[in-house]
Amino acid sequence: MTDDLQFDGQGHLRHLLTIEGLSRQTILEILDIAESFITVGEREIKKVPLARGKTVVNLFFESSTRTRTTFEIAAKRLSADVINLNVSASSTSKGETLLDTIRNLEAMHTDLFVVRHSESGAAHLIARHVPSHVHIINAGDGRHAHPTQALLDVFTIRRHKGAFDKLKIAIVGDILHSRVARSQIHALTTLGVAELRVIAPKTLLPTAVEKLGVRAFTNMEDGLEGVDVVMMLRLQRERMQGGHIPSEQEYFNLYGLTPAKLDFAAKDAIVMHPGPMNRGLEIDSAVADGAQSVILPQVTYGIAVRMAVMALIMGGHAEPVAGRRKE
Amino acid sequence: MSLHIKGGRLIDPANKTDGKKDLYIDDEGFVVGVGKAPDGFKPSGTLDVTGKIVCPGLVDLRARLREPGLEYKATIESELRAAVAAGITTLSCPPDSNPVIETPAMAQMIQSRAWRFGLTFIHPLGALTRGLEGKLLADMEALDDAGCVGFTNGFEPVKDTLVMRRALEYAATFDLTVFLHAEDPWLRNGGCVHEGEVGTRLGLPGIPEAAETVGVARDLALIEQTGCRAHFCNLSSARAVAMIAEAQKQGLPVSADVTAHHLHLTEHDIGFFNTQCHVRPPLRSQRDRDGLRQALKNGVLGAICSDHQPHEPDAKLAPFAESEPGISALETLLPLTLKLVDEKLVSLPEAIALLTWRPADILGVDTGRLDLGATADICVFDPEAHWILTEDKLASRGHNTPFLNWEFRGRVTHTLIGGNLVYELK
Repeated sequence: MTDDLQFDGQGHLRHLLTIEGLSRQTILEILDIAESFITVGEREIKKVPLARGKTVVNLFFESSTRTRTTFEIAAKRLSADVINLNVSASSTSKGETLLDTIRNLEAMHTDLFVVRHSESGAAHLIARHVPSHVHIINAGDGRHAHPTQALLDVFTIRRHKGAFDKLKIAIVGDILHSRVARSQIHALTTLGVAELRVIAPKTLLPTAVEKLGVRAFTNMEDGLEGVDVVMMLRLQRERMQGGHIPSEQEYFNLYGLTPAKLDFAAKDAIVMHPGPMNRGLEIDSAVADGAQSVILPQVTYGIAVRMAVMALIMGGHAEPVAGRRKE
Repeated sequence: MSLHIKGGRLIDPANKTDGKKDLYIDDEGFVVGVGKAPDGFKPSGTLDVTGKIVCPGLVDLRARLREPGLEYKATIESELRAAVAAGITTLSCPPDSNPVIETPAMAQMIQSRAWRFGLTFIHPLGALTRGLEGKLLADMEALDDAGCVGFTNGFEPVKDTLVMRRALEYAATFDLTVFLHAEDPWLRNGGCVHEGEVGTRLGLPGIPEAAETVGVARDLALIEQTGCRAHFCNLSSARAVAMIAEAQKQGLPVSADVTAHHLHLTEHDIGFFNTQCHVRPPLRSQRDRDGLRQALKNGVLGAICSDHQPHEPDAKLAPFAESEPGISALETLLPLTLKLVDEKLVSLPEAIALLTWRPADILGVDTGRLDLGATADICVFDPEAHWILTEDKLASRGHNTPFLNWEFRGRVTHTLIGGNLVYELK
């Protein structure tokens, strides 16, 4: 099922709510635009004027430092005006509904909302109720989606490993609670990777996960056998309310990515992590800081990818800006 | 005033009647002639229903009217007007209002509010445990005297199996029917959709099928032990109805119902977070829907109910899990049931039976049939009327329905209660 809420009448991306429903072509277009933005961050004047005069509100109903910061930097490099709002503690505790908050900010002529919320579907709800000139980027909704994270992940994979159709990829960890995993799965299946695996104990695998187009493994060594990319997930301690794993020690022994386990993957495999990492819980420092790790480049690319999404959405059809010097 | 209802096709499944027969109603509101007028009958009025179907007024096993306690959602008056517009002349309401129906005074208050309007009859269900807290038994016998037709804990499961055992034993002592929402609260664990493909895709916390089957298994064991007559409300999974079928085969005194929406929708109708499809128990898989339909066809499920839950618009304008569950469903009860006839699942008389005498039997009330001498509670509908459901057609205060813009065939044109015409389609 596709969601036409994300596109306007002409087929342009209007909101980015989920990867599901995006075509391979749209994803590649975003990656190509992001490629052109990589150099912007390396210049002395790290700005392009694509979103000059636009107002971007980072609306975070759930706390986040990294994601919010990269969105802020991305918007500023596009010359937009950026406001950061952490709503978790202010309006909602006074009884204001989510839509009330949005309507108030909309009345201040916001062009783009970057929204993070603890409930799945929050970004869709907002997108359904804003006027057509207001854009929404989902920066994470509950367990549902985190599309810009998945886009920066596939950007990283393309940069380091090339064509998707030859790659075997494994996503490891708390798939059940992970919006990152769901978006990665949609992105990688749409891009047509050769094989996509998820690895976790059954308590952290969602029911019918195979229907998303992945092979499920419960044994780390079997799952990592021969893969080209290992995508680790953060074990969300705060969501471990149900006792999904007996102990952190047992989890690390069985599913923590150590150099020994990484040996099962292809010799030139890369290791990714969306951050923030729990060292010694899901990943060993020797791997996180090792030669195969691309965890820090992911962060750098994250800015270019978020610039690309914002430019595409607000400009309707942004042209790549490679080679242009300055304003 | 006495009345001659003429020209219609009378379908009265309880009496195995299906044919062109006129009805004659005396000035006290009783049926005095079926097919032919009693000697010397001179009606003071005539209702010409040529081309339409005349059947007993519909009986809805479960409708929440929101009064008392949630009048900002709906009131007894607003929802009874919706009920008569839907051809429903008798309904039962659960005790989970605020205050809870746990005293004879509350039970009587609700019934007398309904009597005042002269619309649909309300038969309240009483609380099974005090305050629906699942700890202490409610005064069931006194509530029975005050007009409660059964006892239930509503959506709140009685977690403590010893309390449940005592409640069923006590109800059995006085030959009372207990209405059960079988669900294991620990397996439910805050879920809001079926645990399956769609919940996984949308990242919404799921309620596994086992939440229902574990609940049914526990309750069946206690029913067997206590001999209590029990009715399972709102079954949602194929495995649960298979367990009920097995229990019925063994002779346990159990019946069960299904909502009209569970017979038509599946988890896939949630699409991208359509909160109108947020219901409890959740819409499950295609396989479950097929299993429910099959169980309806072979008689395991004895009634189709609306499970009406009107809401104010804001209740659905929230992220899916935070939105309030339930559908404003009175006015789609008959249209959705008639769709099952169009889809050849059941015959028209069978469909009407599932909305009339069979739910009436479950409630143990003397309605849902048009015998000589019966109260003239009657639903007349045009089986060929094609119409599209839009918000302006809803009489209910709640406009929360996933069926907006659905096309239906068959629409209520007249509703009579005690021989009085209380609704006529404009």
